[in-house]
Amino acid sequence: MQTLKYIVAAAAFLLLMPAAIARSDVELIVEEAFIELRTGPGRGYPVFYVVEQGEEITVTRRRTEWFEVIAPKGQEGWVHRDALELTLDPEGMAIRVEDSSFGSYTNRRFEMGVMDGEFGGADVISVYGAYSFTPNVSAEIAVSQGIGTFADSVFATANVVHQFFPDKRITPFFTLGGGMLRTSPNATLVEVEDRTDEIAFAGIGLRAYATRRLLLRAEYKSYVIFTSRDENQEIDEWKAGFSFFF
Amino acid sequence: MESRFFFLFLSKRLLLTFLLLGSLLMSGCSMLQQSASEAADEEVPPVIDPEVDRRDIRVPKIDSENFEVGIYGGLMSIEDFGSDPVVGVRAAFHATEDFFLEAAYGKAEAGRTSFEELSGAVELLTPEERDFTYYNLSLGVNILPGEAFFGSKRAFNTALYAIAGVGSTEFAGDDRFTINAGLGYRVIINDFLAIHADVRDHLFDIDLLGEEKTTHNIEYNFGFTIFF
Repeated sequence: MQTLKYIVAAAAFLLLMPAAIARSDVELIVEEAFIELRTGPGRGYPVFYVVEQGEEITVTRRRTEWFEVIAPKGQEGWVHRDALELTLDPEGMAIRVEDSSFGSYTNRRFEMGVMDGEFGGADVISVYGAYSFTPNVSAEIAVSQGIGTFADSVFATANVVHQFFPDKRITPFFTLGGGMLRTSPNATLVEVEDRTDEIAFAGIGLRAYATRRLLLRAEYKSYVIFTSRDENQEIDEWKAGFSFFF
Repeated sequence: MESRFFFLFLSKRLLLTFLLLGSLLMSGCSMLQQSASEAADEEVPPVIDPEVDRRDIRVPKIDSENFEVGIYGGLMSIEDFGSDPVVGVRAAFHATEDFFLEAAYGKAEAGRTSFEELSGAVELLTPEERDFTYYNLSLGVNILPGEAFFGSKRAFNTALYAIAGVGSTEFAGDDRFTINAGLGYRVIINDFLAIHADVRDHLFDIDLLGEEKTTHNIEYNFGFTIFF
C-alpha cells in the first residue's frame, strides 16, 4: 500500500513537471541602439552577441535579475533586467519588469527567512514566512527548534508585526503572537514525558534592508508558557538572521 | 492698586483677543488671495503646452526560475564512528545572482567505533541511536561563477559556492545544535538541470565518550537539482 502511494506520488510529480517547466515565451522589440547578450546569468559572463534596435527578441526565462533571450538568428544569451527595460512589446508598448531595488522592498508582499539565537539558554533555529497586508502591518508564521542541555523543544507560532517606518532602510518593529510549544526533556537525565503547552509572546526588533532582495533582522521576544503547573514559565529569546522578500 | 492689576490683566486679555482675531483675518485673507491667484491661473494660457502622453506600460509574464530542488548522496565521516553512506534532499531559493538560501535534510547510519570493534561485546549505542539525521538552513554565496568546456562544442555555466548555516543533528539519542560550512560546485547542464558536488563540515558538541568535545563530521556528496 505504501509503495503504491509512492508510485502515485512519483507519477503525479512526473506529470506535473512538464507543466512547471513549460515555457511561456514573451516577444519584445529592442528600442535602444542595441542590447548585449551574455553567455550566462551574471555580470562576469562575457558579451558574445548584440541585438540591434528594431530587432525582435524572445524572452524564455528569468533567473534572479537575468533573462534568457533568443536573438532573431537563434543565438541564446542572457540580458540584465535594466537592458530589458529598454524594449517594447510587439504593439509598441513600453514594458516594466519587476525589480528588486529598495523601491520594491517597500512594496513587498512575501518574505521568508532564517534566524538563529538563544531561547532561554538553549540554541534556537527558526524559519519564518511573512505576508504584508500594508507597508506597516504583516502576519508571520514561524517554526522553531530549541536545542538545550536539559530539554529540546519545537514550537510553531503565528504573530502580527507592526513596523514603524516602512519607508526607511532600518526600521524598528513590534510584534505580538502565540502558538504551541512541545518540550522533550533529555531522557538521560530524568524520565519525564514530553509535554505540549500554549505560548504567547511580545517582541521588539530591527529590520534592515541590505541589498537586492536581502534583509537583515534581529529581535527580542518575551514568551509566556502556559504550563499545567501552578505558575506560568517566562522565557526570553534573542535572535538574528536574514530573509528574502519577493 | 488692585484696579491697576485688573486693567493690566484686562489689557493682556484684550491684546490676546486682538492677536487671535488678527491672525484669523490674515489667514482668511491669504486664502482669498490664493483662490484669486488660482482663478487667474485658469484664465492665462500656459506658456508651454506640454504634449506628453501618458505611456502605457505592460508587465510581461516571464517564467522566473529561482527555486532549485534535488537529491544527493555521498559519504559522511562521523567522528569516531567511521565513514558511512549519506543521502539527502535539498531545496534552494536564489535571491540574487550572488546569494541563495538552502535547506537540506540528510540521513546516514553510524558504524562502530574502533573501541567497539576491539572490545568485541561493547555496544556504545543502540541501533536506533546510530541513525544520524540532520537538517540545516544555510546561506550560500556564488564566489566563482564561470563556464566549463566539454570539448569544443559545449559550454556549461558553473559556479563555485561557499555555504554556511545552522541546523540540528539527531544522533546518539539527542538533538544537537549543528553548524555547517563548506564549498560546492554547481554545473548547469541544460535549461532546468544542474549537478552538484559538495564538501561540508558539520560541527556539533557531543559527550558520548565522557568529556564533551566538538566533533567535525565531514560529508562529501554528489547530486542533481531541478530549477523551476
